[in-house]
Amino acid sequence: MNIIKKLANIDRRIIFIVIAIVVIIPLIFKPKFPIVVSEPVQKAYDAVNNLPEGANVMISIDYDAASMPELQPYLEALLSHCFMKDFHPILIVQWQLGAPLGTQALEKIAAEYNKEYGIDYINLGYRPGYVAQMVGIGREIRTYFNSDYKGDLIEKYPVMNNIHNYDDIDLLIGLEAGATGQVWVQYAGARFDQRIVLALTAVSAPDAYFFFQSGQIEGLVGGMKGAAEYEILVDKPDMAVAGMAAQSFAHMLIILFIVFGNIAYFVDKRKKNKAKGGIK
Amino acid sequence: MIKGKGIPLAISFLTGTIIIIAFFIPHAPFGSFEEISLRWYSIIAGFTMLLGVDSLLRLHTNKIKRKENHWAYSIVLLFGFLLIVIVGIISTIRYGNAFLTGSGFMYMYDNMIIPLQSTMFSLLAFFIASAAYRAFRARNFDATLLLITAIIVMFGRVPISEMISPKIPIFTEWIMSVPQMAAKRGIIIGIALGAIGVSLRIILGIERSYLS
Repeated sequence: MNIIKKLANIDRRIIFIVIAIVVIIPLIFKPKFPIVVSEPVQKAYDAVNNLPEGANVMISIDYDAASMPELQPYLEALLSHCFMKDFHPILIVQWQLGAPLGTQALEKIAAEYNKEYGIDYINLGYRPGYVAQMVGIGREIRTYFNSDYKGDLIEKYPVMNNIHNYDDIDLLIGLEAGATGQVWVQYAGARFDQRIVLALTAVSAPDAYFFFQSGQIEGLVGGMKGAAEYEILVDKPDMAVAGMAAQSFAHMLIILFIVFGNIAYFVDKRKKNKAKGGIK
Repeated sequence: MIKGKGIPLAISFLTGTIIIIAFFIPHAPFGSFEEISLRWYSIIAGFTMLLGVDSLLRLHTNKIKRKENHWAYSIVLLFGFLLIVIVGIISTIRYGNAFLTGSGFMYMYDNMIIPLQSTMFSLLAFFIASAAYRAFRARNFDATLLLITAIIVMFGRVPISEMISPKIPIFTEWIMSVPQMAAKRGIIIGIALGAIGVSLRIILGIERSYLS
């Protein structure tokens, strides 16, 4: 009984230390777990993979460093996929502090595949007022993005020659840490019939399931697990696959905490009920 | 003649009505009206950042002046704010764009902003673990149902479950696609209807709390 009481009142610092150990050790030793690809991620992959040659893929960076561990691995895997297939990624940013993350990933992966800025890909950077932009791109992208992230006019870059509105964008992929993805669906999807794939943090992913089920988005990549599945699909296992072991053990530990917490709760409750019965 | 509070009410009515009509009839003259309104919206959105900065600086300057609880943290905030602004301006002058690789701003972004933001978000794991232990209790039938579902989903969303049984992730996907979705759809439809109701009240001038 004493152990149960101690367990019920365990110092939260001990919980913090245990969770830190459980996350750090798998990241060091990197045990391997089988990763099975789920249907929403498979469809996200297929949507990209089945695009015609030379397709223009608009990628919207709608997250910042807080969601980087979940979304950055997917961005890198996606860019690799695009460059492998000779597609043209067009990067835009809706979360200002996410701009450097997009730039870093684009520069890193483009260098791996020897792709040239302005010919094979472009980075248009951040503009404020995302609803206005989403509607504006439907008419003419130059109204909002007449220059790239460095301030150079986009006319000098051949990749933008034939891109004017959503009709020229084969697929829009939003990487989302908030609700911007829903706005993409409402405006670019519903109004301009733009094909969309969304990648969201694990906590936001349930908010996009109904868009996936209704066909308003063609694929859904949820959290680090989704990113790990995508890495497997493009045959480039990296950070997300490595992070799966840590996530597995952390989830298991939280489940154990819930079970122990409930055992302690019921024992304590029974004890109190008995004590009450004794007084009577 | 419209005057006093009638002016903002008239502006709300006109812009709201035009935007709604332009959504369904995006042709002239509504399309151009919408384009102009949205451009104004973008400019206003840019200025809201200035408003946010002003509000943030005022709040923390007052905290320091009054020596309120934890006022020392406000000094750190103001120092960090000024530092990033100065480095941002210098980087823009020197490189033409603060976001270019190698600029001082990017150095601060990589070595301060990314670790700080990641750390803040990572802390969630610790607090969730602690909260799961202390607060996630099977107190009644509803709580028990929620608890069991949460455990199944948490377990089924990581690869370790596939090693135990491949049926667990499939069952998890079913929970996400059917019961979760049913509840979520209800909530979203409710929110959408509520938003339509409030929007109509604002456009028609019934809801005026934004004027106060």
